[in-house]
Amino acid sequence: MAKFEKANSVGEWLDQRLNTTALTKVLMTEYWIPKDINFLWAMGVLLAVTFKILVISGIFLMMYYKPDVNLAFDSVNYTIMQEVAYGWLFRHMHGVAASVIFLIIYIHMFTGIYYGSYKQGREMIWISGMLLFMTFSAAGFSGYMLPWGQMSYWAAMVITNLFGGVPIIGDALVVWIRGDFNVADATLTRFFMLHVFLLPIVIMGIIGLHFYTLRIPHVNNQEGADIDYDEEAEKYLSGNKKESKVIPFWPVFISKDFAILGIFLIFYFYLVFFHYNFAMDPVNFDPADAMVTPAHIYPEWYFLWSYEVLRGFFFDVGPVKAFDIGLAAFGFANVIFLVLPWLDRDPAILPAHKRPKFFIWFWILMADLIVLTVYGKLPPTGINAWVGFVVATLFILLFLALPFVTKSDAKKRGDV
Amino acid sequence: MRELKILAVVVALTLITYWGVEPFAHSQMHPHVEPADYKFTDVQEDIKDVKALTGDAQNGAALVQANCTACHSITTEGFPQLMDNVSSAAAYGVVPPDLSTAGKIYSADYLAAFIKDPVKASKVEHKFQDGRVHPMPAYGWMQPQEIADMVVYLQSIAPKEMSNKEVFVDACQRCHGIKYGDMKGGSMAAKTPDENIKSYMGKLPPDLSQYIRSRGESYLHTFVNNPQKHLEGTAMPRVGLTEEAETQAIKYMQEVGDSKKEEREALGPKFLIYLVIFAIFAWLWKASKWREVH
Repeated sequence: MAKFEKANSVGEWLDQRLNTTALTKVLMTEYWIPKDINFLWAMGVLLAVTFKILVISGIFLMMYYKPDVNLAFDSVNYTIMQEVAYGWLFRHMHGVAASVIFLIIYIHMFTGIYYGSYKQGREMIWISGMLLFMTFSAAGFSGYMLPWGQMSYWAAMVITNLFGGVPIIGDALVVWIRGDFNVADATLTRFFMLHVFLLPIVIMGIIGLHFYTLRIPHVNNQEGADIDYDEEAEKYLSGNKKESKVIPFWPVFISKDFAILGIFLIFYFYLVFFHYNFAMDPVNFDPADAMVTPAHIYPEWYFLWSYEVLRGFFFDVGPVKAFDIGLAAFGFANVIFLVLPWLDRDPAILPAHKRPKFFIWFWILMADLIVLTVYGKLPPTGINAWVGFVVATLFILLFLALPFVTKSDAKKRGDV
Repeated sequence: MRELKILAVVVALTLITYWGVEPFAHSQMHPHVEPADYKFTDVQEDIKDVKALTGDAQNGAALVQANCTACHSITTEGFPQLMDNVSSAAAYGVVPPDLSTAGKIYSADYLAAFIKDPVKASKVEHKFQDGRVHPMPAYGWMQPQEIADMVVYLQSIAPKEMSNKEVFVDACQRCHGIKYGDMKGGSMAAKTPDENIKSYMGKLPPDLSQYIRSRGESYLHTFVNNPQKHLEGTAMPRVGLTEEAETQAIKYMQEVGDSKKEEREALGPKFLIYLVIFAIFAWLWKASKWREVH
């Protein structure tokens, strides 16, 4: 066993046992981040803080929430919203954070795509990030069910029904997921378990993985420049801070994150107090009723683009049913981002404005996703259905074209 | 400068998406309706004769007591309810309203039109067809003077002030419950028993506890003023509330269904002030740290 000297301070005592000085260096003061970044590089910290808000407000909500079809609606809308001191605040914080976190996830994700931060060694960062997107989506969906309002019930109905499209085992799978032939008490209780236990644990694990994946390839920068971290770190540590291309995570990088976090929190709490209907749909303040289908069923805004890909294919093609085509397209939309590093055939890490064809591809994709999102909410009738069909098809074509688009950029530059 | 440009792009894309999924989508899903009409313009022609006359409350008293009290109670004037809610719902289909406050909460024009032809005034012609008759017969056979007298009488006995809850109870609670109004005591359930109201209306009228959140104030105003506007063919009658009474009933729904509204609106600015202070300190810290590296 190691020999321990008498410590002169608490810090030293801890350092002897936990090696805290070295740990702080590795994780904070000598964890190097490129200096050439903009505010989009703060989204990670914003996400971490928003996730923390979700966990803390969720713990308070769980103290009064009752996962039972007969009690759930009133436990949320009466007990928490009217009776418990500041219960409304925690619910609004939770509901709005759940929505806003997806806005930040999307900004974070498209920043990664724009700057090419998913390739040449950064594949695991991208994949772990996409796994977080998927687990957050599952958490968002399962959480939306808990207030047991009309939208909770009917969204659960529509989404669990989708699994019926899986060949051969579809029908059995739907029953297995619901725990009943219908969306019922068993469904609510298991989604409660997923939402408050399994998914948060998995998310926390993947967040750890996501942070770890950054260690070796390092964070990307605005120009995609290749940085010699050892050399630049040495410059910084020897006092040549202005010339060094890197900054330590603590305190330089985090100070910028906090500044941006300050602005973000003003925006977020403004929504919590004064503008929350976009995140807490009024229709969901009607209790779940299996006998009354709402006039319009739509998911939360952050699922609308993939929902519209699902709905876009609204007609049968020969013997293939519209439902099955839509489901296949929906499956495509949900996994295609995961393989993005391999669809991009351009070996260079460059921001999109330095990759002319990819630049155009990127903005068409953004426009397509926005149109998909907006039309995902509108009733799919008349011209809306055709717009949906066109933009859903375009979405698939964009990803099929990506290898060629990126290869062409690389060729022109002479990289391949 | 570049950061501001990027920020402008992010904000613009966010706002376009927001506009598309909120204001635009809702305008497509819920077509615009005309504002509430508290003059009840559509019945003005029918009651022109009544409005040309001046009513006499004393005559009205005699007429109301002879014609109305067989079914309606007027508790404040010594005409108590003759049957309990269960029995009167069984007899009439729905518990008949007590008339003590009718002159206060209902528009005088509407009352005159309703006495003449309840089905037309309440816009439920589609419901009373094929031999189905409204529980209250039309009194269009009366002289315009008599109707004017009865309306004035009802106004003369009505209280000058009513609480929001009292308005809600008299205007809505015969058919609708609002259970959050008395979660433990249960006194805010609908007065007409479920099975009666279900067969009278075709379906169980919804509990209104969360309607202030699910429908919102402006929808409730245009809806209560004329339910057919938003829900064509609904069994809910137009009840003819004055603008003041309607506002009070909706205020009560807010007191019950969004009871923390005042607290929320008062706490919001305080939160934001603290966050502005945090943001200022964060920017100062950032500036001091980045000065060293730039």
